[in-house]
Amino acid sequence: MKYLPLVLANLGRHKRRTVLTIASVALALFLFASLQTVVTTIAAAANFGSARRLVSTNATGIVFTLPIAYANRLQAVPGVQSVTWANWFGGRYGDGKTFFATFAIDPKSYLEMYPEMVMPPEQKEAFLRERTAALVGKHLMETFGWKVGQNVSMQGTIFPGDWTFTIRAVYVPTDPQIGEDVLMFHHEYMEERLNRPGLAGWYILKIDHTENAAPIAKTIDDMFKNSSFATKTGTEQAFNASFATMWGNVSLLMGTIGMAVVFAILLVTANAMMMGARERTREVAVLKTIGFSDRTLFGVVMLEAVVIGATGALIGLGGAKLLYKTTHFSAGGFLPGFDVTTNTLVLGSAVALVLMVASGLVPAVRAARLPVVSALRQVA
Amino acid sequence: MALVEIRDVHKSFQRDTQRIDVFDGITLDIDEGSFLALMGPSGSGKSTLLNLIAGLDKPTSGTITVAGAHVSEMKPGQLAAWRARHIGFVFQSFNLLPVLTAYQNVELPLLLTRLSKRERDERVKLALGVVGLEDRMSHYPRQLSGGQEQRVSIARAIVADPTVILLDEPTGQLDAKSSQEVLTLLRRLNDEFKKTIVIVTHDANAAERATTVLHLEKGNLIRGDAVPSLRSSEASAAVGRSR
Repeated sequence: MKYLPLVLANLGRHKRRTVLTIASVALALFLFASLQTVVTTIAAAANFGSARRLVSTNATGIVFTLPIAYANRLQAVPGVQSVTWANWFGGRYGDGKTFFATFAIDPKSYLEMYPEMVMPPEQKEAFLRERTAALVGKHLMETFGWKVGQNVSMQGTIFPGDWTFTIRAVYVPTDPQIGEDVLMFHHEYMEERLNRPGLAGWYILKIDHTENAAPIAKTIDDMFKNSSFATKTGTEQAFNASFATMWGNVSLLMGTIGMAVVFAILLVTANAMMMGARERTREVAVLKTIGFSDRTLFGVVMLEAVVIGATGALIGLGGAKLLYKTTHFSAGGFLPGFDVTTNTLVLGSAVALVLMVASGLVPAVRAARLPVVSALRQVA
Repeated sequence: MALVEIRDVHKSFQRDTQRIDVFDGITLDIDEGSFLALMGPSGSGKSTLLNLIAGLDKPTSGTITVAGAHVSEMKPGQLAAWRARHIGFVFQSFNLLPVLTAYQNVELPLLLTRLSKRERDERVKLALGVVGLEDRMSHYPRQLSGGQEQRVSIARAIVADPTVILLDEPTGQLDAKSSQEVLTLLRRLNDEFKKTIVIVTHDANAAERATTVLHLEKGNLIRGDAVPSLRSSEASAAVGRSR
């Protein structure tokens, strides 16, 4: 600790350079944490879902619909306790550039299927009662400063036209993977506006026992195998996981970008450290003359790298944690529960440690090995 | 027994394909409490001799002993620790760390000791008091005059109470007035505090303050004239065999 004032004084020599170096480390670790969090959030989303809920989609693909008439037949399958359905809407808000997740749902059965979505009973009643009512996540309400009772107009993209809903209920999820940046409205209203009654995006089924999931799924898919709308049924977890795989090998992509950013910053930091060390050749020689050993000087230079790396890590990783936590960032509802995990912080700290050692090593070794007489002669 | 014993020291450098012999068997004793001035033209090996005594450089052959320690045989790690304890070094160009205050610069050698913060503080203030800069402790080198910088440099050299103080052209960058202040200070350190001082200089005025003057010419040591008033001083340097 007694060398800390010397280290801090050295770092304060070129304040702008030190600040920029710390900022670059912070930015690299912020990006690393962010990209890593995309990976962990997608993985968490893939793991979300009750084992007692199944999802049936069109076997051709999730963008194709299924007949509403399937609901009764699905309900009749032994082991199925309840059925609901939903449809992706995908509108835009305001100037047409603001996007968040929007679903058309069968209100009553959907809310029964998802008790994780909590809201005041009177609001729930109001939402169920009114065909143009909307149910909105709490964070989405806060983002746009919406109030209950307010009309919200959206521009349809998949289903063109202006769509106006009245916010009647605000939900808070008990599971962060459900997300708070979603707007839901009556499926019936959408069907009516589109004049296409009888189509749903996907079905969600609650079953009696988790061990019956596979046989029930098979029964359903066999039942519709030869129809115009064959189904593909699986657990809700498998359904969410399929969404995750739609992104491709995200883990590899994000990991590669993250490491590339860190490596680029490593070069920047190492260069800045080298410049600093080179400028201080005379001072290192003087310190050696005073009696500073090679080991002590190695330690002092490494400590400088540690201070830069640790400060950058604190700002970058801490900033990412704080920012995403306080802003409830969810990428427009696509990445619900987006939060930097402890594991990511630990991994980021490990990356910062590698960054510190790698960037400090060369100048530290150079300082330790500096031949004092020739260094003094050089600058005399 | 002399404080510094230099015995049959050879020193040569290799510059490209050319071998340059600086010393060819130099022998010198420096007694404790002496004030020795080394004079000579550029390239005569004055600074090299200082570096050898300080353990900053190794002789090609021969031995150097300071206060009983065989400097020329020490390993780098041992040398650093020994230097911190026994050598105070003052450079021509002051070589204060510009990012540290006068106080912090003087404290540097003490960071290598086991002294507590309070003990370090006492010693730094004492050293700055000796050089008359107790009121400049929080000043940075850029806020000091050349003479003041050199006095801080001397305070840094004496703060750990070293066995020998080595000065390489300490007045080389100073005006006449500042030079006199620094030389008076060195004289005082030798007289009052009995510090052993070896000074390399081109400056005849500086050499006058020494009790013994030696000239280095082409690697040979020649005894010079010390100032008459100081000639009787006990401090002396015995010139041994030199070629």
